[in-house]
Order: sequence, then structure tokens, then C-alpha cells
Amino acid sequence: MKEAFKGRVWKLGDDIDTDIIIPTQFLALKTVEDMKKYAFNPLRPELAAQIQPGDIIVAGKNFGCGSSREQAPEILAALKISCIIAKSYARIFYRNAFNNGLLLLENNELYDYCSEGDHVSVQLESSQVLLGEKSFEVASIPTDLLQMVEAGGLVPFMRKRNGK
Amino acid sequence: MGYTLTEKIIMRNTKRSSVTAGELLNVNVDRVMVHDIFAPFVVEKFREMGFEKVWNPDKIVFVYDHLVPTSFIEDFRHHKIADAFAAEQHIKAVHRADGVCHQLMPELRYVVPGQVVFGTDSHTTTYGAIGSFSTGIGYTEMAAIFGTGELWIKVPPTLKFIINGELPQGVYSKDIILRILGDIGADGGTYKALEFGGSTIKGLSISSRMTLSNMAVEAGAKVGVIEPDEKTFAFSGVEGSQFQDLKSDPDANYEKVFYYDASTFKPVVACPSNVDNISDVEALLGTKIDQGFIGSCTNGRFEDLEVAAKILKGRKIAPFTKLIVTPASRSIYAEAAKAGIIGILVEAGAIMNPPACGLCCGRSGGIVSDGERVIATNNRNFLGRMGSPKSEIFLASPATVAAAALEGKIVDPRKYL
Repeated sequence: MKEAFKGRVWKLGDDIDTDIIIPTQFLALKTVEDMKKYAFNPLRPELAAQIQPGDIIVAGKNFGCGSSREQAPEILAALKISCIIAKSYARIFYRNAFNNGLLLLENNELYDYCSEGDHVSVQLESSQVLLGEKSFEVASIPTDLLQMVEAGGLVPFMRKRNGK
Repeated sequence: MGYTLTEKIIMRNTKRSSVTAGELLNVNVDRVMVHDIFAPFVVEKFREMGFEKVWNPDKIVFVYDHLVPTSFIEDFRHHKIADAFAAEQHIKAVHRADGVCHQLMPELRYVVPGQVVFGTDSHTTTYGAIGSFSTGIGYTEMAAIFGTGELWIKVPPTLKFIINGELPQGVYSKDIILRILGDIGADGGTYKALEFGGSTIKGLSISSRMTLSNMAVEAGAKVGVIEPDEKTFAFSGVEGSQFQDLKSDPDANYEKVFYYDASTFKPVVACPSNVDNISDVEALLGTKIDQGFIGSCTNGRFEDLEVAAKILKGRKIAPFTKLIVTPASRSIYAEAAKAGIIGILVEAGAIMNPPACGLCCGRSGGIVSDGERVIATNNRNFLGRMGSPKSEIFLASPATVAAAALEGKIVDPRKYL
């Protein structure tokens, strides 16, 4: 896991639910690569094609609420979003994201200060997010969770356990 | 210091004499449920992780419900993969067309009070209604359980809802949970346990209690539990004396306690497109609707079909209005047919869908187009949930939905009761 990185911001609102992240009608597509084109389809159908590797999603409260569909964090990881910075997350999405190697950070104020298209810098070691001159503190992530993200998620972690 | 019901279930499972909210621990999984949409992914992750044998084939239940009956050519792939895995791993419990997973798990007694259960679906919280700790997880964690039989959890703090008194006529458990969601918000229970108690809850049937626990996740909750009682033990076919520990202590530590007087509840509706956007039915009278939907793991049980039939008996739904009815399980469908309920619904103009998830998750059986407005008994009214993102979904009790279908607009169901 890179300790510091910078990315362009896509800004989404409160309660971005998993049906918005990936609607049910696309869940039976064969691969996550097929599905990722439909990320955020009901809300912003054009967005998935515009997201570039390394981009950052900044959102309001309760990001990922709704269903347990793990394709939600999986397609965001497949779009190579470097992290999400939201005011808060729904529980199942939170676990699923880390299990798929997707980093989630929490901050209450950044959302109100940043605009779409801004560039923010994330510094994991100091738990800071920088927007221009202003810095925002994010809750630090427990080391074992960071290690799991670094390893690529729960699958590689279990492979190791199984001596594979 | 005392313990909450949720803590008691975790203590029973881990054989510990104390647990504290916020503590991380491993639980021994009593049962898991995987539905057809996620089965191929669980199988794939299980293999990628390097496992060969599941920890216990008798503790795994497969339910095909999201893709039943199949709507697209690709759907059957999910069933084939799950069937092959079940055969290989000697998993006997595979339900191919018996109903919605969350109805079947308690109905067929795969879950009984005091158990710790996980499912690859957020509405796994439903089984809290019979006093189990049950919640939804993703397919990667499910694959890890398939291999190990364990999962780490964080002991959640509890929000307790005490509801006392008699519910007014025309008011159901759906109205209770919608009001609570409106009060605490769609993230008001995140990471927490919700516990429902009081004389009103005691008076509810197991079916009505399941509606409460089912929607606990709509507040972000990990579980939505109800103390098991004689009704629960009879439903689950267990001896109550074995479960006397499953009670919250009088001095249990709650994060917050909410008190409600049942007589203050009214028929309510969750307006588009959030479950916590609650309005009294009275404030929406006359709102035109194009389609009603009665069904799902929230409200597709016998009593739900029965109240709809009571309202629709001898009447016809409004012209240009559709009413989709989906019993939650095969046995409910059969029982309702025997009782004459299905005949009443069909004669009134309802379209009967087979017992499965169907319209609730926008896969089949009544997909809506731009500008259409639906009033439905299921649990989510998210943008585009039932089809077009330019449609609108209102959530309400089966009585409110049936009455709306009759008039083609939102009306007070009490005038038909």
C-alpha cells in the first residue's frame, strides 16, 4: 500500500446505496470487468467511463448502504479507485471493501470543502488528507486491516493460511 | 452488570461468561445461507482461497430465489454451478423453487433461537425475529466460513425499542418499523443491534415480527433481535426450557432506549427514494400510482395476503393499475390457495408471481418504466430498484398497498377494514 498518493475527486452525496453502485440487473454478468461499466448507472450513467485509475470518491454519510452485494466494492476496486473518503459507511459494505482490497477512509468535513475535479493528497502514515493548504484528519486504519488491503484482500490472506 | 439479548446469544455461542460491546471475537457459525445470485462467487472464492472441503456440509443451505424462474439465458449458470458444488461437497439442503431465502430459513427450521447465522444477503437480519444472531455478509467472507466455520464479529451495542399497548386498526408491524426508520434514519443503527420489545411486540405474530427484523438492516443495523417466547418456540419446534438464557437482563447496558405508545402509530409510507423518508398516509392521499406490489421477505406471508384479500374481496383494482402479488414461499402460496385467498386476489385483478424475489430486487415480474409509480410492501425504494431510475417507489403495509391498488392512488386503508 502506497503511504501517500494523490487523486482526482468524484463527488457523490449521502446514502449512496449498493443498488446505485451496481443495480441488480447487472449482477448476473459473468465478470466484474463486465459489471464495472455500470457503476453508479442509475445516478450518473456516464460516470464509470470517466473514472480513471487512481481517482478518489468523496461522499457523504452512509456510503454503501443497502444490500450485501460484494460486487459493489469489487467493481470500485476494478475501476482502480485509490480510496473512498466518506463521512461514514454502511457496515456490510465496509467489511466487503477491505476484504476486496479497497481502502475506505472517514472524514466529516472534507466533503463540504471539496468540489468535483479537485485533487486531494492522502497521507496514510499521518492519517491526513490534504486539499490545497487545508488538511483533514481521517481515522487511522488498524494495521491488520491495512495489511489485508495491501495483500489484496481476504482471498490472498486465506491462501496464505492454507499454504497455497 | 447484565447483558443484552444480543450479547447473550454471542455468549451462548462462544461459551463465554461475559462479552463487552465493541469487543472483537470469533464466533462458531451454526448455519449459513447462500442464494443463487452469489453462489458462483462463493464457489470461486472458496477455490481461490485454496480450500477443498467445506467445514460442515450439513450447516450450509443453498436457496435459489433471485433468479427463479430464470429470466435471462445466463441465469441458469448460477444454478448449475451451485448444483455441481452441492453435489461435490455433499450439501443436501438445496431449495430450487421453494421461496425466498429469508422466509425458508426460519420456516423450514434451518434457524432456531440462539443460533449465529450468516447469509449472503443483507436481509439475513430477518431471523433475529426468532431470537437468533443473524446478519448479511459478502461472498468472500462466506467462502472463508465455508472453509473454516468461523467468522470474526464486533460485539454490537444495542438500541432498544420498547413498544407498549394495542396497535390501532389498520396499523401493522410494517408501519412500526417504517416509523422507527424515519425516527432514527437510514444510518441510525449502523454497526448496532436493534432489539424490539414491549407488550405490542409480544402480541405480534412471528410473521409480523419478521417484518421488523427484516428491515432492521435499513437502519444499517447488524442484527434486529426479539426475545424468543412461547410463540417462537412453537414456531421453531423447540423446547422453550432450553432457551431460558435468551433474555435481556433488567440491568443490561443499552446505548439508548426508545419508548413508543402503540396507540400513536398510524399507517405510514416511505417516499422515494429512501427508506427513512417517512410520511403519514394522510399526507399523501390522492397520489396516483401505476402498480402495487405485495410480496417479498418483508411482507409476503400468509397474514399479508390475507389482509389484502380482505380489502380486495368482491372488488376490482382500478383500471390501468397493475397489482403484482408474490407469496414469500411455496407453502404460503399453497396455504393461501387452500384458504381461497389466491382466488380472491386473482378475481380482483392481481397478477400472481411465483414465490421468489422477483420484483423486489428488480430482476423480473413487473419491471417498471420511466415515470411509473409503484407502491410496494418490500424493504427498499432505492432509485431504480424495480427498473427505471426514472420510476418512483413508495413502501407501505400490505393493507395500504391493496387499498391503493383498488383506487389507483394512495388512500387510507382504514376505510376498507
